[in-house]
Amino acid sequence: MSSARATDSASLAPAELRTPEARVAGAMSGFAQEIGALSAFRLESCIHCGICADACHFYIATEDPQYTPIWKVEPFKQAYKREASAFAPLVRLLGLKREVKAGQLAQWQHLLFDSCNLCGRCSLICPMGIDVAALIEQARHAMFDAGLAPKELYEKAAHQQATGQPEPSAEPYRDQLQAIGARFGVEIPLDKPEAEIMLCVPRTDIEHYPSAVASLARVMQHLGRSCTFRSDGLVAENYGYYAGGKQWQREISLRLIDQAIACKAKILLVPECGHAYAALRWEAAELYGKPLPFKVLQVTEFLAGELEAGRLRLGTAVTGAATFQDPCESVRKGGVKEAPRMLMKAMGVELREMKNHGGFSFCCGGGGGVLDIERAAPLRYRTMETKLREIDDTGAATFLTSCSDCRRTFDDAQAHFSWNKTPQSLLELVAANLTGAGRAI
Amino acid sequence: MNLLDFARGPALKAAIAVFCLGVAWRIIAFALLRIRFDLNKPRASVFKYMAGGLLTVGSRSWPHREFIGRTGAGEALGYSYHLGLFAVVLLFTPHILFLGSLFGLTWPGLPSSLITVISVLTLTLFTAVLFRRVTNPVMRMLSNFDDYFSWFITMLVLVTGLAATAHIGAQYETLLGIHILSVDALLVWFPFGKLMHAFYIFPSRAINGALLARKGATS
Repeated sequence: MSSARATDSASLAPAELRTPEARVAGAMSGFAQEIGALSAFRLESCIHCGICADACHFYIATEDPQYTPIWKVEPFKQAYKREASAFAPLVRLLGLKREVKAGQLAQWQHLLFDSCNLCGRCSLICPMGIDVAALIEQARHAMFDAGLAPKELYEKAAHQQATGQPEPSAEPYRDQLQAIGARFGVEIPLDKPEAEIMLCVPRTDIEHYPSAVASLARVMQHLGRSCTFRSDGLVAENYGYYAGGKQWQREISLRLIDQAIACKAKILLVPECGHAYAALRWEAAELYGKPLPFKVLQVTEFLAGELEAGRLRLGTAVTGAATFQDPCESVRKGGVKEAPRMLMKAMGVELREMKNHGGFSFCCGGGGGVLDIERAAPLRYRTMETKLREIDDTGAATFLTSCSDCRRTFDDAQAHFSWNKTPQSLLELVAANLTGAGRAI
Repeated sequence: MNLLDFARGPALKAAIAVFCLGVAWRIIAFALLRIRFDLNKPRASVFKYMAGGLLTVGSRSWPHREFIGRTGAGEALGYSYHLGLFAVVLLFTPHILFLGSLFGLTWPGLPSSLITVISVLTLTLFTAVLFRRVTNPVMRMLSNFDDYFSWFITMLVLVTGLAATAHIGAQYETLLGIHILSVDALLVWFPFGKLMHAFYIFPSRAINGALLARKGATS
């Protein structure tokens, strides 16, 4: 199994200092504690048909059986059968399922992190209806507890949990935001004591796509809605989610939740960042312990709402034929499928859909933290080829998306493959085509 | 007590008891685990996501258009032998009479000759399923004792049933006794292995489908 490469010490998080036995015990107890009736039911329902492999771009690109999505939770299924299933005592007594060993679990790091984008396409194909991606996410929690989160994800999660930013920066992000405002000639609403809408920002945009940050501010200015960024809750990304550190994911989410409550926001607006939306919209309340006292909206669904309400006025965009990359976390898994298309239609964009689009779109290949894992790059490039072919096949000149991680992944592909397309932000296209009062400079 | 009396007497009663208790325990055991309620505000109304669950029960019966090229043949094979099994179990007149003696309800059956043809076809498909499991790298990797034993015991019921119908190899009573014993064995094995998917399939599709519909996610 090629997953042996995942056991390289460089891939292990600092918690590797624990003994392998303690690591495994931690992982298994974490998984057993978290399993719950629903996940147990999902594990028990699997009929070993292997059909989920045919939805996974890692399997499709390599035809390597180890990338079969349900196989990625095999050690956890084994642990569940031994520890918590209906006949667990019998399973242990007769030795029907072996105890999961440290070596085995370490091998699975490659399968759970390097070769899974948590994109959820596998959850659409299972004839038993199993949400395989949800099981994989749970397995990542146990891997984190075992000290087996990949180093890159672990370190970014640790830094973000401690400081609010996944990585150190030369200047604090709040200063960088203001500098972006000055550079693009747009007011950045920051640290208002009260606002109807709290904004947050992908650090990917601050570092790589400052025009997307300016575009968000510009669109909000156009709409005339009361809004603010908050210095103490700026970053949209959640590396706790990627690394599988549930407690850290909670603490990172709480920064934003606390700030939204502090400024009495009615809406927490998540910009173009798929996993940030998933973490806040579909997981944060559970970690918070009660329903959130505000709405969480992804920026395209918010703008589609503003369009319907007549507050967002858009002119015709000169894009030529365009295709759109559906971010898995917001579209397939998050339900924001129509909103981006409404916005494109309002701007007169001639949309040419890819062969697999909407809820069935292939992942960009960088989601789930895979883009951050250095050793995963060769496999990621191999996997991306299907996607790039689908984009090229549309014949569209313009390539849009609404996720900065997708954008970064395609930018990277452009450099790697000498590909001739540059991904563009849908939000930036909206900002560039505002009409009427409040139109951008 | 001869073999037939034993098979359809105490052995059957014991098998039914194991089956009922085992199935009930497999289902109750889920309820003993933590049940988590989703605190995130749903995108859809309760009605809509319940409807989404029901819709998924139907929609997962066949692959989505996007997947059909890769999985259509495999799924067709799977459904075909299941249909064959249902036809043989539920539409063979002696089976209907037997089930009628248990539940007090009977229905019209298919002619024996047609059932024999369906049985042979099902047996062939069932062999193809095993061939696929051992030759397909993904399925071979996923397969364990449960998969092969569940296949074996179902095949045993099919083969002994065909032998009894065709009176091959021994006296009819003995063949029937062996057939019923194989059914007893299947009933005993049922709650311990993957045959439980018969009880899980529709709730699994419905629950997962409803949870996805709750988010407005694709299902």
